[in-house]
Amino acid sequence: MQIHFIPDQCQLVTLLDDNSLHLWSLKQHSGASELWEDHRFTLKGPPGSPPSATQITAVLPHSSREVLYLGTESGNIFVVELPSFGVLEDRTITSEAVLQWIPEDYCNRRSCELVEALQEHPKNPDQILIGYSRGLIVLWDRQNNKVTHHFLGSQQLENLSWQRDGSKFISCHYDGSYTQWLVSNDNRQSLPLENLVPYGPFPCKAISKIYWQTTRNGLPYIIFQGGMPRASYGDRHSISVIHGSQQIAFDFTSRVIDFFIIFSSEPTAEFDDPSAMVVLAEEELIVIDLKSAGWPAVHPPYLASLHCSAITCSHHVSNIPLKLWERIISAGSKQNVHYSNMPWPIDGGTNIAPDPPQRDLLLTGHEDGTVRFWDASGVCLHLLYKLSTVRVFLTDADPNDNLNTMSEDEWPPLRKVGTFDPYSDDPRLGIQKIYLCKYSGYLAVAGTAGQVLVMELNDEGAEHVVDHVEADLLQDQEGYRWKGHEKLKTRDGPVRFEAGFQPFVLVQCQPPAVVTSLALHSEWKLVAFGTSHGFGLFDHQQKRLVFVKCTLHPSDQLALEGPLSRVKSLKKSLRQSFRRIRRSRVSSRKRRGGGGNTSETHEANGKFDQGMLQEMELAPVQRKIEARSAEDSFTGFVRTLYFADTFLRDSSRHCPSLWAGTNGGTVYAFCLRVPPAERRMDEPVRAEQAKEIQLMHRAPVVSILVLDGRNIPLPEPLEVAHDLSKSPDMQGSHQLLVVSEEQFKVFTLPKVSSKLKLKLTALEGCRVRKVMVANFGSCKTDDYNENDLAVLTNLGDIQIISLPFLKLQIRYPCIRKEDVSGIASCVFTKYGQGFYLISPSEFERFSLSTKWLVEPRCVVDVPEVSSNNHMHNRSVMENASRKSRCSGRSSGDYGEDEVLKEIQSTLEGGRGSFAERNLARSPVGHRLSNGGAD
Amino acid sequence: MRSADCYAPKRVPYLGWEENTFGAEFRRFSLERSKPGKFEEFYGLLQHVHKIPNVDVLVGYTDVHGDLLPINNDDNYHKAVSTANPLLRIFIQRKEDADYSAFGTDTMTRKKNVLTNVLRPDNHKKKPHIVISMPQDFRPVSSIIDVDILPETHRRVRLYKYGTDKPLGFYIRDGSSVRVTPHGLEKVPGIFISRLVPGGLAQSTGLLAVNDEVLEVNGIEVSGKSLDQVTDMMIANSRNLIITVRPANQRNNVVRNSRNSGSSGQSTESSLPSSTPNILANFLQGEEESDEEDIIIEGSGEPQQIPKAAPTSLESLTQIDLLHEPTQNGFLPSTEVNVNHSACNVGVEYEVQNPDPKSLEEDGTIITL
Repeated sequence: MQIHFIPDQCQLVTLLDDNSLHLWSLKQHSGASELWEDHRFTLKGPPGSPPSATQITAVLPHSSREVLYLGTESGNIFVVELPSFGVLEDRTITSEAVLQWIPEDYCNRRSCELVEALQEHPKNPDQILIGYSRGLIVLWDRQNNKVTHHFLGSQQLENLSWQRDGSKFISCHYDGSYTQWLVSNDNRQSLPLENLVPYGPFPCKAISKIYWQTTRNGLPYIIFQGGMPRASYGDRHSISVIHGSQQIAFDFTSRVIDFFIIFSSEPTAEFDDPSAMVVLAEEELIVIDLKSAGWPAVHPPYLASLHCSAITCSHHVSNIPLKLWERIISAGSKQNVHYSNMPWPIDGGTNIAPDPPQRDLLLTGHEDGTVRFWDASGVCLHLLYKLSTVRVFLTDADPNDNLNTMSEDEWPPLRKVGTFDPYSDDPRLGIQKIYLCKYSGYLAVAGTAGQVLVMELNDEGAEHVVDHVEADLLQDQEGYRWKGHEKLKTRDGPVRFEAGFQPFVLVQCQPPAVVTSLALHSEWKLVAFGTSHGFGLFDHQQKRLVFVKCTLHPSDQLALEGPLSRVKSLKKSLRQSFRRIRRSRVSSRKRRGGGGNTSETHEANGKFDQGMLQEMELAPVQRKIEARSAEDSFTGFVRTLYFADTFLRDSSRHCPSLWAGTNGGTVYAFCLRVPPAERRMDEPVRAEQAKEIQLMHRAPVVSILVLDGRNIPLPEPLEVAHDLSKSPDMQGSHQLLVVSEEQFKVFTLPKVSSKLKLKLTALEGCRVRKVMVANFGSCKTDDYNENDLAVLTNLGDIQIISLPFLKLQIRYPCIRKEDVSGIASCVFTKYGQGFYLISPSEFERFSLSTKWLVEPRCVVDVPEVSSNNHMHNRSVMENASRKSRCSGRSSGDYGEDEVLKEIQSTLEGGRGSFAERNLARSPVGHRLSNGGAD
Repeated sequence: MRSADCYAPKRVPYLGWEENTFGAEFRRFSLERSKPGKFEEFYGLLQHVHKIPNVDVLVGYTDVHGDLLPINNDDNYHKAVSTANPLLRIFIQRKEDADYSAFGTDTMTRKKNVLTNVLRPDNHKKKPHIVISMPQDFRPVSSIIDVDILPETHRRVRLYKYGTDKPLGFYIRDGSSVRVTPHGLEKVPGIFISRLVPGGLAQSTGLLAVNDEVLEVNGIEVSGKSLDQVTDMMIANSRNLIITVRPANQRNNVVRNSRNSGSSGQSTESSLPSSTPNILANFLQGEEESDEEDIIIEGSGEPQQIPKAAPTSLESLTQIDLLHEPTQNGFLPSTEVNVNHSACNVGVEYEVQNPDPKSLEEDGTIITL
């Protein structure tokens, strides 16, 4: 629920939603800084007291670093020692003790109620400002245990903030107002200096947090969260910054969890001079530069929002040639012009991880029709370039219409910030398959409405017409009616594309079903695509459709009518509504920030879960046992496409070939005739079906692979031409490996006879979800490497299966089997690493290879001398969150907000190690008396 | 149409009648019940007494329940003789005139019509004439196997899915069962049959029932596996599914002592041996393999089965393959266990290979038999 730094220690205190406090410290362990949990503590009241008596609502780590002040729901403030969490009973500030200093008439009207805010006086550590929810604010002298000043607020209090010199403070309230108070020496009861409702006069939402930052020029920055007019803008997640006549309400696309201001930390400095604002929203971290004109956002070097639009697919390319890498970066840099030039204001220690061994790209396809190129070489994914396919199509909502159309004098002055935008204008734009050829820079992208785009990298912006071809996959099949979505409308005439990947050809499948498989051969200049109806081959050099093959079973009405999309969308909407329920539960819990209803919500959740369980027990799950048959639905669904130069017809001549595998266990092989380069434009590419293999177990074919005469998988197109691979052995006999969800089978070529098989499902009851050839090198010698199959099963296990003998080498659990989206999102790299989504916004990286390891290592220097160094404190937090992000395995409660999750995951990581190493008590840090610590 | 009543054990006069168009011929003779001899000899005897030495005939008998059952091998011949009480009534039909609908498990319900059906074959001309005689003409549908090596409380059932249009037709669910462990009785999760689809293969065998606990699938123990895993394993093996169950109803168990086939004797252990795959003794791998062969169509040619590559030292990894046992296609000797079943669930249905071209059509290019 809350994180607080112990001033000037590499320590922090976290408050969890079970009302437990945890003390963490950053320690050096084998050369790198790691966060360890030192202590945990739950505040206990006297026997028989209600849980609200000890429900913590506010935490103040005192600058003396010796005590924590814990405000509770009952209005009492407990004082605990650090690091032992021992309760100092005699120093408890009870509400009765406070009330005796307050005028009678005020006390009669209202009791103290829960403690909303605790703030230490910036200059005098003995004075603590206490804010109660009903509006009463008192200044407590901890030396003399008495109230020195009281401020009788009339509005329900949300938060408090001191001004730098301690002469004034500011309070913000539930009704959307804020009030300035003067702390004068002569008057124990002061009246508000100023009371404002910034977005009045109509009823406004609460202002939940406020800062008052002084500047050299005298004009303060007033920065507050919320306060929007309730009726029209009550649903916005905003933080307003007011500086003189400038005012902007930054409008975040997800809930704001917390924010802080980076300001001058020199204790001697007279003014705050804020430089940046750091906002943790539910879906992303945003930093706003408050020094540059217009307050632009700062480009985050890490914690990028992966899921700004939901990730629909991903594709990994290892070892990118430097030339292509630079071109992509240069295209991307042209897109980042609206960011601030300010260096990242957060110091997260020193990265001591070794330089990444090679340049790797992770491409993510998104629901909104974009493809993002991430630098996946190191620990943090870094966005290099973003490609949008939207421009090719005419969509209902033109993206240019709703961007920044607000006029200058619009009130409130909202400005959308952040990249998270979960709302897709048109789900048909979603990207489903990506293939990038790293040698040629050709990129093929396929989407939800049967669209296939072939693109080329262009360093300059250009305007050109995208050639458009329709591929009728049903051909002569008649009497069917597609009931799914319509195909996307294309733009007529030339389209302006920015520098980067520019589409030059568009193939639209008819019916416009989702593209389920894609293959690109950059050397032959061919692209193959498949849907639930069939597959086609397109010559993107001549821009001509070579052939289409319908794989649809004549009786398979379901596949034709497009319920695939309907089933999917139903599932999705169910999932979304569940997510919504959970989110609303979470936010209601969050709403009070550790408020009183936590335990009740918890109980309610428990009941809810139990109810669910009972329901499940009432209706026992049963599974139908039935053999697959040719009449099953979606047997024609094309699962995999593969280009190979191999011996298809006779053993004397090899030729280009295209292989396709379907959901019904059928493999089609087409013999291709690609004209030689000099006549490539003159003669057509020809294709002829050469083989059709029906696997009798009829399980979906997920991968097809040809092994050369030395049992090595055929190289990628152009790999040999770029001297990056030995040319394949074309003398010995080739073998065909067909991987279905249930079996691995090796056949001889060109005469197909079965050679080997591994019946995975029959033996283990698991099915193949993802498979890829991985090259494993030895970390001892450079000259040894071998190719194996990396397999992810539906149980979340990863298995390594040897080639060509199909022997199971190793197996270990990786993803929880319930984490269906995690399993679906997994991509393997060519060198035995992999990525999968552990939440919509986070990839977990794993390595199966001892040679290629990418792991986070950093060092944070422990401060020797204490100063009120906020910058440094922030960096610790940053480091913590980075660490947990990289190494933590969240227990799967993805609906929770980021902070909590990160704490939990770190906690989980920490727990094991804590117990394991049996850490001694952490040393108490440097004791420095810069105040009246007693 | 000929029929013969056999009396055993006493020698009795031969009685029979013969019919050319609508007529029939009876013969009556006696056999030594204790030494019935071989089926071949009996067949020859029948041909001899009816003076039809070169006519192929089908031999059937009515059992104690009135079912018309075939006699075509030593086993069912011996069974038939042993059931004679005291008269064994045998029906002989010319093969080409044979009316197969007369045979079957549910003939009991049609009891009254059996004879009329047999005697008036012309009423049933619409039925295609299928050769039904020797074991090789049958395709097994299900069998109980490994009776001799399994504990009596367990039953290993093999369902032959291939070739039939019948769905396997059953459902499984999660449940809990009680096991004897070193720490006493323990409740452990288990997988159970939850439902049998009427008309499905599983139901028609009579060998599986609702609430039977599934212990193994094709020799792999299911304990510790989830419902979904077991489902996937069963589907992966659906063309030749062997499931070992602990029947919910333990009264119909095979009484092993009465059989002489289980030479290795009865086992008294109450749970499965730990290394289960090896006890799949009767695993007809050869048959399974040949039937699971994938199909290839070269160019525009005809579909054909993909042959096995010349054997190399590299054998496939599956444990099942290690048990490769080239066994003759055909009946398992243990098939006739159905005779031990009570009348209400006579188990084995002689599903007939259907030469109807329909099954060859499937989808034009792919042939599954």
